[in-house]
Amino acid sequence: MSESELRLTSQLENSEQPSDWLKSPHVELKNVTFSRGDRLIYDNMSMIFPKGKVTAIMGPSGIGKTTLLRLIGGQLYPDSGEILVNGHNIPSLSRSELYKVRETMSMLFQSGALFTEMTVFDNVAFPIREHTKLPEDIIRTMVLMKLEAVGLRGAHSLMPNELSGGMARRAALARSIALDPELIMYDEPFVGQDPISMGVLVRLIRDLNQSLNLSSIVVSHDVTEVMSIADYIYIVADKRVIGHGTKEQLLASESPLVQQFLRGESDGPVPFHYNAQPIKQDLMQD
Amino acid sequence: MDWLQNLGKGTLSSFAAIGRATYLLFGALFGGKPNFKKAFPLLIKQIHVVGVQSLVLILVSGLFIGMVLALQGYTVLIDYGAEDSLGPMVSLALLRELGPVVTALLFAGRAGSALTAEIGLMKATEQLTSLEMMAVDPLRRIVAPRFWAGVISMPLLAIMFSSVGILGGHIVGVEWLGVDQGSFWSIMQASVDFTDDILNGVIKSIVFAFVVTWIALFRGYDAVPTSEGISQATTQTVVQASLAVLGLDFVLTALMFGN
Repeated sequence: MSESELRLTSQLENSEQPSDWLKSPHVELKNVTFSRGDRLIYDNMSMIFPKGKVTAIMGPSGIGKTTLLRLIGGQLYPDSGEILVNGHNIPSLSRSELYKVRETMSMLFQSGALFTEMTVFDNVAFPIREHTKLPEDIIRTMVLMKLEAVGLRGAHSLMPNELSGGMARRAALARSIALDPELIMYDEPFVGQDPISMGVLVRLIRDLNQSLNLSSIVVSHDVTEVMSIADYIYIVADKRVIGHGTKEQLLASESPLVQQFLRGESDGPVPFHYNAQPIKQDLMQD
Repeated sequence: MDWLQNLGKGTLSSFAAIGRATYLLFGALFGGKPNFKKAFPLLIKQIHVVGVQSLVLILVSGLFIGMVLALQGYTVLIDYGAEDSLGPMVSLALLRELGPVVTALLFAGRAGSALTAEIGLMKATEQLTSLEMMAVDPLRRIVAPRFWAGVISMPLLAIMFSSVGILGGHIVGVEWLGVDQGSFWSIMQASVDFTDDILNGVIKSIVFAFVVTWIALFRGYDAVPTSEGISQATTQTVVQASLAVLGLDFVLTALMFGN
């Protein structure tokens, strides 16, 4: 085990009550460094996502939270380090092996990413039809049950362009749980949801996690919602994990970085402004 | 020395694009085990989209081009008393050149640009990424059926283009300008060789179909996922596919008909 892994593990073990979680990680990042062109996104970052728990990733915009999900899904490859999903090192897998691992995971995209040429029903049925040989009547029952769970059974015949943004994301959620995956990654699931839908989604993520013993990774800015469902939370900023722990541990954290993020303060160690020259210099330029 | 740097950068970028395009083609054609039961309905749907929906454009264009050919040909041939050769002139021009070439150009403008825009938009709205995350290969599911639909449709469209063009030539030459009907058809029959003219035209059309569809699919798949990026990709498809068709036409004509 490398030094940073040992440090992370010892930090988690020291600070966390349910330390057993760490013994069975579903997803584990070990010393991951990733850059886009010349821009370094993650610098030697390590994280553990426990099996059967809701783990949230929070952080300011533009620090690569969605990128992290894409790394776990094998859509991007790190410059160095390991990304283990159920023990499989994603960057070293062949294409067919990667697809096998992906059959056990699912991702809810920020945009929903519904197939625009299909109805809501066909969108949800798509992964079932692709990966199973179930008869249509069973597929129909499965799809309607998933749509019922997200409150869109009545909208099954609509096309994606007839849905609002929030409804599209709920339909996409129904599709992402269609095959009852072992791991679900949610990319900003609460954006654009009305208060009722948001409450339903929060409960749904929690319930899915408990009833199916799924592992969930939630990327979100919504501190209140995340705090209400996450078993474990990582706060990422400045190319690294600036804080992690359970809700109580983070609230009690003395780290100014963590407190700034949780309280939504613009002034603090995490800069609100993107790197720039002084405003006076910009404005007074001829 | 900036020009040298830019030249090097441009060359490297072109080679990288060729590499990505080849990867896309091989991935679509040979990646993974084919599942004909699932692929066949997708292929039929795409043949409808790229082929059947291009039919009106192709037939109307073919008719008018055949009519114009007959009109122009007649005015030249009548001076030499050779108006009976109007039939072979129209048919050979259509079967050897205009049929495959104009069909490919129209196909690039109509179906090629639509394919690029569709796939580019699927990329921009993360539909391709979501397919990958569902362990469904977008090259097999999205690209392959569209590729085969283009390769199957375009030669058929070219044959229809030439057939309707010959009918257009007949309408103008025989019905309107009074060329003898018997001469029109019989000299055409005697002059047109199945292998040299018809088959070579079909071979040209298959080559054009391969190239145009490949360019259209690659430009869409490789598009920058923004509205401007998709717009540029669509334009690139039409420009590059048209130039490729015209360039390849010269090469193929030289190979087929050059001594």
